[in-house]
Amino acid sequence: MPTRTPMEVSIAVAKAVQQADVDVIAAYPITPQTHIVEHLSELVANGELQAHFMNVESEHSAISAMVGAAAAGASTFTATSSQGLALMHEILFIAASLRLPIVMVVANRALSGPISIWNDHSDIMAERDIGWIQVFCETGQEAYDAILHAFRVVRDPNVVLPMVVNIDGFNLTHVIEPIYLFEQEELGDYLPEHRQSLKLDIDHPITMGPVGIPEVYTEAKKQVEDALINSKQVILAAWQEFGRRFGRAYAPIETYRVEDAQILLMTMGVISRTAMGAVDRLRDAGKPVGLIRCRLWRPFPLPEFREAVRQASIIAVIDRHISLGAHSGPVGQEVRSALYTLPNRPQVFDFVLGLGGRDVTVHDFLEIVELAEQYATQGPPESEYTLIGLREV
Amino acid sequence: MAEKVEKRAIIGWRNLALGCAILEPGSSMHLLTGTWRLQRPVVDPEKCNQCGLCHIYCPDLAMTKTAAGTYEPDLNYCKGCGICAEECPKDAITLVEEKE
Amino acid sequence: MKIALESFEKFDPQHLPEFEPLAPGHRACQGCGEVLALRLAAKALGREMMVISATGCMEIISSAYPQTAWRVPWLHVAFENTAAVASGVEAALRIMKEKGKIARDDIPILAVAGDGGTADIGLQALSGALERGHNFIYLCLDNEAYMNTGIQRSSLTPYGAATTTSPPGKLSMGESHFKKDMPAIAVAHKIPYVATVNPAFYLDLMNKVKKASLIKGPAYIHAFSPCPTGWRHEGRYAVKIARLAVQTRVFPLYEVINGKYFLNRKISKPKPVREYLKLQRRFAHLTEEDIEIIQENVNNEYDRLLRLSQAVDLESKLTTSFQEYIDQLKLQMDEAYQKLRAEFQHT
Repeated sequence: MPTRTPMEVSIAVAKAVQQADVDVIAAYPITPQTHIVEHLSELVANGELQAHFMNVESEHSAISAMVGAAAAGASTFTATSSQGLALMHEILFIAASLRLPIVMVVANRALSGPISIWNDHSDIMAERDIGWIQVFCETGQEAYDAILHAFRVVRDPNVVLPMVVNIDGFNLTHVIEPIYLFEQEELGDYLPEHRQSLKLDIDHPITMGPVGIPEVYTEAKKQVEDALINSKQVILAAWQEFGRRFGRAYAPIETYRVEDAQILLMTMGVISRTAMGAVDRLRDAGKPVGLIRCRLWRPFPLPEFREAVRQASIIAVIDRHISLGAHSGPVGQEVRSALYTLPNRPQVFDFVLGLGGRDVTVHDFLEIVELAEQYATQGPPESEYTLIGLREV
Repeated sequence: MAEKVEKRAIIGWRNLALGCAILEPGSSMHLLTGTWRLQRPVVDPEKCNQCGLCHIYCPDLAMTKTAAGTYEPDLNYCKGCGICAEECPKDAITLVEEKE
Repeated sequence: MKIALESFEKFDPQHLPEFEPLAPGHRACQGCGEVLALRLAAKALGREMMVISATGCMEIISSAYPQTAWRVPWLHVAFENTAAVASGVEAALRIMKEKGKIARDDIPILAVAGDGGTADIGLQALSGALERGHNFIYLCLDNEAYMNTGIQRSSLTPYGAATTTSPPGKLSMGESHFKKDMPAIAVAHKIPYVATVNPAFYLDLMNKVKKASLIKGPAYIHAFSPCPTGWRHEGRYAVKIARLAVQTRVFPLYEVINGKYFLNRKISKPKPVREYLKLQRRFAHLTEEDIEIIQENVNNEYDRLLRLSQAVDLESKLTTSFQEYIDQLKLQMDEAYQKLRAEFQHT
């Protein structure tokens, strides 16, 4: 293992974008995404990255400029958080529908209101259906690697879709971690050159973004869905190749101490590390508890997920977003529907915690496991999900 | 298994260009908007001074130059708005009712 | 900023380019003045250009799958972001050229939006793109309401006009606000080129679009676009009404080059606005008093433009006379000094 250097995760992310040789970056300041784009603008200002850095007047224009730049055939990157992502909302669907290979970091932060600059997943969970590939990261090294994966994947002619790399705001973007950065030569041809078959080109004038009349809209949607589902093969291949070349392996659903586990915690993002601590404690106490971590969120890795939970009897799903008016958080809904058609399925209990930057501790996970066991024997809570760490009076 | 052919769709999704792009430039030429017309411009070539204003002002690009240098409406596209008749400085264009 | 005006060759009316970037078979209404303005603007730019379109009439009439009326690269994304999309395209071409990935970055980019897409929902994106100085042409096709959704008022709907959301009634005389001065907003961004165009004056329109394409930096062009459906006039009058708008001073033709106003067509004997209004049923409900208010506003606006354009002449004159004044003053002082000196020597 090469030596890792301590650095802020945002800096490493910017470095990966630089190594991907992007052409156009457009960004609008929003905490906690800022350090990423600040560093990129520095790289451009110092001539270390030959790219056009656009200081746009809103996130809406950031994503719109990315769509324009990508349609012209440029390799593009942007980053945002929370309200910024929400402001991009309508254009995100269009970027996927136009099949534009944009890479975006979402430094996950709670959505208003009340306004909160702190971490949860409510921003990206409101964008589940946009047609972008979506992954979550646990560590700084993963975040850096994930950007490299992303540029490889979106540039694949069988994918040509935009991709979101989710990096938990502050809890990951702003922490200093030991990270190994590749030398450009080391990366070699892992990152292919950016080439697009269809783009704005005066020699081959095409019409992009025509009106989808009812006689074609369904088919247009199916094309994006098909590309998104099939992107999984490319993503898996990109991870395998990465593992083969650089020794770090990645999987859509990752597991920790799941051997003979009866109870599985399911997490996404940086809190997985805390959950591991809880699993260690419970294992030490002789409880058959394991952890599964969902890295690939869209396309949802259905067979891999089903395989990972095959032998468990209880899954305690952790949601970092409250789906107001529903009977569980979005990950809970996803998991339940993924298992519903199976003849023998584990019981699923959903727990919402860590909203708007509320600390998530090992004790929270211990409590969750205890509650899950209790629900399994005595029946689920009336509300079908449990809000952890809520103060009543 | 034979592919299902859905009659309400005009193209199969497997045949769609990437991003639903339209690859044939100016393919609206296949759409004969002349069928919208209620009245038809008739040009008197004797009066026509070949100034080309009817061509310039036609929103439907339907006024075309003949070999003689005068202008004729392309009835495939002429929607019969009558701008040409209104703008002709020589009153060489009249509108007549389109028959059934 | 150097304008390529020295090398600017105007279109020869006898030999206009034959290539039409917009093909027939589009679905615009009969007598649409907006598609006419768009067609002429596109014609001025020719084969080597790209069109970025906002959502609106021109988008839906030209691009309903599976047919396109476009013979040049064309991209539609959404309603309010045309300028932002165009700025992304421009930035991409520039940097890819710089990096040797493409051969050319001098391809004109024409961003097209309606009055709602420009002055209302798209104003922020437009302001950002103008301020950032992207090299593109923004064409606002102003038909004075949201025609695509069914004639709702916009901030560019003129005073007194009836729309489906500014209907005249017992308590209303139609739209109660005067139009936002959109070209002045563009001028406030200190961009090199702003112009108003009108399809009735097709040569002027095409020349201004061509000029805009030769200037480095953002150009904003505001096009008068008659809409028979929304303005409730006969289709055949679209060009006539467009011409009357200039002849009555309702829509003056001018350019603003580096902040300096040039009134291109001085209308010394204007027709009364009544003549322009009476052809359009959207103004049919107006009283004599209302028309008087509109006439007064038209007079004032034209005077303001005239003064702004005269200021350009005046400015050049003022600089000369000030210099002359200084020279004269110097001369007088010199004479006085000589006189004093002579007197001193005398005593």
